[in-house]
Amino acid sequence: MKKTIFKQNHLLGIGHLSTADIDLILETAESFVEISTRNIKKVPALKGKTVVNLFYENSTRTRSSFEIAAKRLSADLINFSASTSSLKKGESLKDTVMTLESMNPDVIVIRHSAAGSAKYLTTFARSAIVNAGDGFHEHPTQALLDALTIKQKFGTIRGLKLAIVGDILHSRVARSNLFLHHKIGNQVNLIGPPSLVPREFETMGAGVYYDLKEGVKDVDVVMMLRVQAERGAGVYFPSIREYRKYFAITPEVFSLAKERAILMHPGPLNRDVEIDKTLADSDRSVILRQVTNGIAVRMAVLYLLKGAGK
Amino acid sequence: MEEKIKAKIMDEKKMKRTFSRMAMEILERNREVENLVLIGIQSKGVFVTKRIQDLVKEMEDIDLPLGILDITLFRDDLHKKEHHPVVQKTEIDFSVEDKDIILIDDVLFTGRTIRAAMDSIFELGRPGSIQLAVFIDRGHRELPISADFRGKYLPTSRRERVNVMLKEIEEKDQVLIMEPTRF
Repeated sequence: MKKTIFKQNHLLGIGHLSTADIDLILETAESFVEISTRNIKKVPALKGKTVVNLFYENSTRTRSSFEIAAKRLSADLINFSASTSSLKKGESLKDTVMTLESMNPDVIVIRHSAAGSAKYLTTFARSAIVNAGDGFHEHPTQALLDALTIKQKFGTIRGLKLAIVGDILHSRVARSNLFLHHKIGNQVNLIGPPSLVPREFETMGAGVYYDLKEGVKDVDVVMMLRVQAERGAGVYFPSIREYRKYFAITPEVFSLAKERAILMHPGPLNRDVEIDKTLADSDRSVILRQVTNGIAVRMAVLYLLKGAGK
Repeated sequence: MEEKIKAKIMDEKKMKRTFSRMAMEILERNREVENLVLIGIQSKGVFVTKRIQDLVKEMEDIDLPLGILDITLFRDDLHKKEHHPVVQKTEIDFSVEDKDIILIDDVLFTGRTIRAAMDSIFELGRPGSIQLAVFIDRGHRELPISADFRGKYLPTSRRERVNVMLKEIEEKDQVLIMEPTRF
C-alpha cells in the first residue's frame, strides 16, 4: 500500500502549498471523480466528522459544492450564511467562530470579504480551516479544480501557457491560479484594461497585456473572469459596452490560441459581457466540467485534511 | 521497518502453475460464465486478476469483464492512520447487479480488506454472489472470511510479511516471506 503525508493542517491558499501538495491533491481528486458517477454516491471515509460552511459572502456554487463533497464522504454538514443567521447581528468573526468551535466541528470552510480571514481563524481555532475565498486574496479550491480540469484535458498540468482575462485586480481566482501556475513553472499572461491589471505581477514572471488578441496568442488555456459589478468594477472602465468591445472573448479571438486550447470560466457567467454565448456552449468550453471537478477536488481536500488520523 | 528475506516460497514456474490451476478451478465451479465478472483489489490484486483473465482467455477463449476496486475509503483503520493511504482509482465499467463476482487479491491475511471490498461492492449494487480468490492465504483471520479459491496456504508468523512479487511491477515473479531485522 502506497502511503503519503499531506503536511498541511489547513488549506489557506495556494501560496502555502508545495508542488508535492498540489500534485497529491490532484491525484487524490482524480480518484474521487468516479464516486460522483456511481448510483450510490457515498463513501464512508469521513463518517462521524462535522464540517461547517461559514459563508459571509453570497455563494451558490462553492457552498453547495463543499456541501455535496462533505456529504459524499459521509460527513455531517452545517451551513451558516451571513444572510440567515446571527452573523448579521453584529457578532465579531472571532466570537462566531469560537461559538461554532464549542460544538466541536472538525473542519470550518470559510468565505469572507477580508483577505487573511482564513489564516486569522487558525490563530485561535482547533478545527481544520479551509479557505473558500478571502477578499481579493485567494480561492485555492477554485485554482485546484481548474488545474484538475486542465490535467484531464492535457494529461499534465506542466509545460502549458495560460491567459487569464478580465478583472485581475479584484480576482482571488486569478491570484490563486497565478500562484499555482507560477509554482509549477507555467507561463501566465494576465490580460485586461490597465486599471484592472496590476503590473506588480510581472515580478512573478507573468506577462501583462492590455490587448486581448496579443495576450491569447498561442496559449493552451484561456481563463475568463467575471466582470464583478458588485465589487464596483464599473468604476475601472468607462462602460460595459466598451469593456465588451475590447475584452470579451469571441470565436475569432479564441482562434488565435492554440488549436487544442480550452476555454474556462469560474462562473457565474455574464453571457455576452465577458464571454460570447455561442463560445460558452461550444465543445472548447470546459465550464461545466469545472463545476463537476469542484466536487472531486473539495472531497480530496476534506479527505486529506481529516481522512486519516488527523 | 527494515526487513530481510526469510524464505523464498515460489518461483516464476511454480507461480505460473498455480495461476493456471486457480483459473481452471474458477471455471470449473462456475459453469455459467455469462454472468461471471472479475474484480481485482488495488493494487497488486489487479495484476493477479489480469493474469487470471488472460489465462481464462488462453485456455477457454472466454473474455471475462475485469473491474478494479480501491478500498481505501472503506478501511476500518482509516481514522488510526497517521499517513494517508493514497486513494487509487476504482474502475468498474459494468453493473454489478445480479453478477457472480470473483473478488481477487494477492494475499489474504486478517480479512479486513475483503470486508471493506464487500462493503464497497454493495455500494455499487446487489451482486448475485461474491466468491473470493487469493493467491496466498497466510492465516491470522480476524473476521469470519475464507477464500473460495486459493493459490497456496502459507502459515506465517504475524510479524512476518508475505511479498507476492509480480513482474509487471517488480523485477521478477516470486513469492517471499520477509521478516523484520530487529524487534
